[in-house]
Amino acid sequence: MKTAQRQFTTISGVPVDPLYGPEQLGDLDWQLDVGEPGEFPYTRGIHRDMYRGKLWTMRQFSGFAVPEETNRRYRYLLEQGQTGLSVAFDLPTLMGYDADHALSEGEVGKCGVSICSLEDMETLFGGIPLGDVTVSMTINSPAAVLWAMYLVVAEKQGVAWEQLSGTIQNDILKEYIAQKEYIFPPRPSMRLVTDTIEFGARHTPRFNPISISGYHICEAGSTAVQELAFTLRDGIEYVDWALERGLAVDEFAPRLSFFFNAHNDFFEEIAKYRAARKIWAYVMRDRYGARNERSLKLRFHAQTAGCSLTWQQPYNNVVRTALQALAAVLGGAQSLHTNSLDEAYALPSEHAVTIALRTQQVLAYETGITGTPDPLGGSYFLEKLTLETENAANDYIQRIDDMGGMIKAIEAGFPQREIAAASYRYQREIENGERVVVGVNRFQSDDQPIELLQIDETAGRRQSDKLDALKRRRNDGQVQKALDALRCAAEGRENTMPAILDAVRAYATLGEICDAFRAVFGTYQETSHL
Amino acid sequence: MAKPGLDGHDRGAKVIARALRDAGMEVIYTGLRQTPEMIVNAALQEDVQVIGLSILSGAHNAIVPRVIELLKEKDMADVKVIVGGIIPDEDAALLRQQGVAAVFQPGSSLDSIVEFIRSAVPA
Repeated sequence: MKTAQRQFTTISGVPVDPLYGPEQLGDLDWQLDVGEPGEFPYTRGIHRDMYRGKLWTMRQFSGFAVPEETNRRYRYLLEQGQTGLSVAFDLPTLMGYDADHALSEGEVGKCGVSICSLEDMETLFGGIPLGDVTVSMTINSPAAVLWAMYLVVAEKQGVAWEQLSGTIQNDILKEYIAQKEYIFPPRPSMRLVTDTIEFGARHTPRFNPISISGYHICEAGSTAVQELAFTLRDGIEYVDWALERGLAVDEFAPRLSFFFNAHNDFFEEIAKYRAARKIWAYVMRDRYGARNERSLKLRFHAQTAGCSLTWQQPYNNVVRTALQALAAVLGGAQSLHTNSLDEAYALPSEHAVTIALRTQQVLAYETGITGTPDPLGGSYFLEKLTLETENAANDYIQRIDDMGGMIKAIEAGFPQREIAAASYRYQREIENGERVVVGVNRFQSDDQPIELLQIDETAGRRQSDKLDALKRRRNDGQVQKALDALRCAAEGRENTMPAILDAVRAYATLGEICDAFRAVFGTYQETSHL
Repeated sequence: MAKPGLDGHDRGAKVIARALRDAGMEVIYTGLRQTPEMIVNAALQEDVQVIGLSILSGAHNAIVPRVIELLKEKDMADVKVIVGGIIPDEDAALLRQQGVAAVFQPGSSLDSIVEFIRSAVPA
């Protein structure tokens, strides 16, 4: 391997100098650029004390097969010291199809838990007091519907909506950009997102109605700079729509939350989180005139990079996850999911997810890094890299502004093409050996097979049977009336949440509600960009 | 190159499609959420020699045999089917028994895929 001409850059391509010292920070204005933790622009963290006051939430993304099974895994994780729940739904649920739909064949319960109706949601949270546990739900196109189911479960538990704490991902823009789990076209989808933000501002003051995400953008192959830029620009689009709806910025901005990847380039990831807080603080204060301090503070969940996990030598993944988690904590995350060693193969086994959770607990209790906020602040390298990451991201944000905003940029294929190019470049670097992936293109060795989680193949049939029974039990007249009202609401301009809640209470299924929306909004087909 | 089923994760499919094009092959990318029927029809219309199926969702045991079955029905059994994605070893063996020409698991190199297609298909 030739090293003579080797260029050192971050994964985003930012050059890494042979040495960093005070000279590199000549342009830095400590007050304007960095500040102190808990003070504008929050580069160093959103709280004065960070983890001295309160640890990040340990929140493992989890779900598979039927609700009963996932409920068991949730209780296990809570017993093992997890401090928040995070729901993974299966592909039919994510795409707004019931388990008995033709397109759901072979897919039920494979990538997450199958939720077809309020009944399934009640089973999912059986024995889990929603007033005491925060719940994050990774759901996008049908987020309003799953949120309504969650709200009604809380209602039935006797918990007031004002008490509920949690998050729905509900970030449709990144679906068009990266994850591709869209149902409806962009504008009706944005309307639904705005409905939830508005409803949340009125009724669920402790709940985050959106988690503006970069994780999936990185997973699709973007660089850290692209992840940062596209995520924050998505955020700007959501703010614009909420303002257009007539909300005042400080009414909803405090509850906008974010979700970033924790990928391999250790210092670049930490720089990314610091730059994110700084850019967002300036955007909210100067672009939008936000006054409430909580509107200026970027709160984020982080997940270690799924795309970095290898099939070969899976135990190496424990190491990757630990290092990535370290970056997220040094970067000031409010909430963290650590991947399991077997996730290049399957959903996490109980054994593997326990190691992943223990990774967070070791970080929290054994390393001492929680003793002071932003412990790497002041590092010449990190401060310089934070500035460069911020500048590069701001360039992208400006370009998207010039295109007329994120929806226009998506329609023009801009972020999709950037990501496709970055992912191709990355793969080529691996193929030609420039980028080493331990165990895959260097340091190969024989593997021992590992024991994997087996998903119950009868999940599809069980869920279908349950749907049949539900449809026989429920009041058809009530369901029809609710679906008609829903269609009416969708066709009009009112907030759809009350109508969705009524339909959910009547035990209309997810598929039935989404079909009503499909009839009004249409469905979306993307133009592919290789 | 097809994405069957509900899975929307297309990073791999797109990278491979581009690599195959760079290697001089003619590639049609079907886009997302294709049923087996849609895939086989596209293959018929475009007169392809190879169908690549990218599946990361675990639904391969339901989807792939259906594609093979449809190809037989339409008298297209000479079209080679290759599968990539999250396919455990036991399932990969089963798929090969059912007529899949090759299964490419995570970490497979682009070159190995290009080479396989070159060797499996008459020029």
